[in-house]
Amino acid sequence: MNFFSRLMSKKWIILFGLAFGILGALAVNWGNPANMGICVACFLRDISGALGFHRAGIVQYLRPEIMGFTLGGLVAALAFREWRPRGGSSPIIRFVLAVFVMIGALVFLGCPVRMILRLAGGDLNGLTALAGLVFGVLIGIYFLKRGFNLGKAQPMSHTAGAITPAIMVFLLVLAIAAPAFLFQSESGPGSLFMPLALALGIGLFVGFGAQRTRFCSVGAWRDVFMVKDFYLISGVIALFVGALITNYIAGNFGVEGIYHWGFDSQPVAHTDHLWNFLGMALLGLAATQLGGCPLRNLVLAGEGDTDAGVTVLGYIAGAAVAHNFAISASGSGINDWSIAAVIIGLAFCVIIGFTMQKA
Amino acid sequence: MIEIDCRGYSCPIPVVKTKKGIEENPGKDLKVILDTQTAVENVKRLGGNSGYDVSVSRDGDDYVLTLKPLK
Repeated sequence: MNFFSRLMSKKWIILFGLAFGILGALAVNWGNPANMGICVACFLRDISGALGFHRAGIVQYLRPEIMGFTLGGLVAALAFREWRPRGGSSPIIRFVLAVFVMIGALVFLGCPVRMILRLAGGDLNGLTALAGLVFGVLIGIYFLKRGFNLGKAQPMSHTAGAITPAIMVFLLVLAIAAPAFLFQSESGPGSLFMPLALALGIGLFVGFGAQRTRFCSVGAWRDVFMVKDFYLISGVIALFVGALITNYIAGNFGVEGIYHWGFDSQPVAHTDHLWNFLGMALLGLAATQLGGCPLRNLVLAGEGDTDAGVTVLGYIAGAAVAHNFAISASGSGINDWSIAAVIIGLAFCVIIGFTMQKA
Repeated sequence: MIEIDCRGYSCPIPVVKTKKGIEENPGKDLKVILDTQTAVENVKRLGGNSGYDVSVSRDGDDYVLTLKPLK
């Protein structure tokens, strides 16, 4: 196959990636925090805060995009007959791995999707993070080649498969009804958001498209190095290109714009290079062991995958741990327990990597 | 024929197991049993990239992929 026909075989994920990038960039112009048009980790953390699981006042909001990702995945799965309730593949290990994915993300201040959007907004700390992510993925590939796996999943009841989508519907109802027991930031990133219907619409579109194309921001790097497959990475590259071009056209890099190229003074970001690298290394390793990035797990949960559902609960718990235990970083840098948490996380993943090798 | 049963495993285990099967049995036909469309797409790409012709058939709810090395 020549280059052109190889490109055409990836046309849907490239088109989706471009659209995802355009929307991710414009989401900032439409109300989301700078360079954070879409950040799966940050948004799950905001939801964790809104529910009171942590009390970091500046990051509390029920982000409809997250609910959209799972429910969009559900719609796609039902429409194309890929609804398949399943589970039982070491859920408790997945829960803990998910906690560490979130810890890694919150030390860097972004998931692998936000990492790309930050790069497309001029934030070169995204390069340090990318190096770390790839490093972590390579360690994960080492374990995979040695036979690492979390065991087989079994078919489960439709009821079990419906739990995570039902939780997302419930969160959406809470977001719309806004009862008094919810927490809502009055300043900071949690106070910056798109109109609810727009956020939900974008989430549904992304969830649907990500389910159809199998988009995965960690699997993309894994496949390049493990099997020299460039299908998923084309989607990630398209995401970057779409966001970058949109930022320029929208004037975000202009004289009055919000972005500039460099490492310093980037929005909701810090320049501790070592811990940007190691935080994302932890994410890369743990996500490779989980079999997907946070967005992919949200979408899989929409297909009825209860292991992915447990993973999503782990992300929410991890966000609470990260903020309650002074692990999550800020624009000023890392926190009191960031280093200990990342080291413990890496140790856990390495132990899991060596011990979980069923035939 | 060498059979690789990947039912129940989620990404990327089916690709990892199939790749191992390809490496340990060069030039031989392989039968890979899968249970999700995603795994079918992934293993098909792996087969194609590794120099195999891949045919897909259904067996109830499962998918059976036959990989034959291209000469």
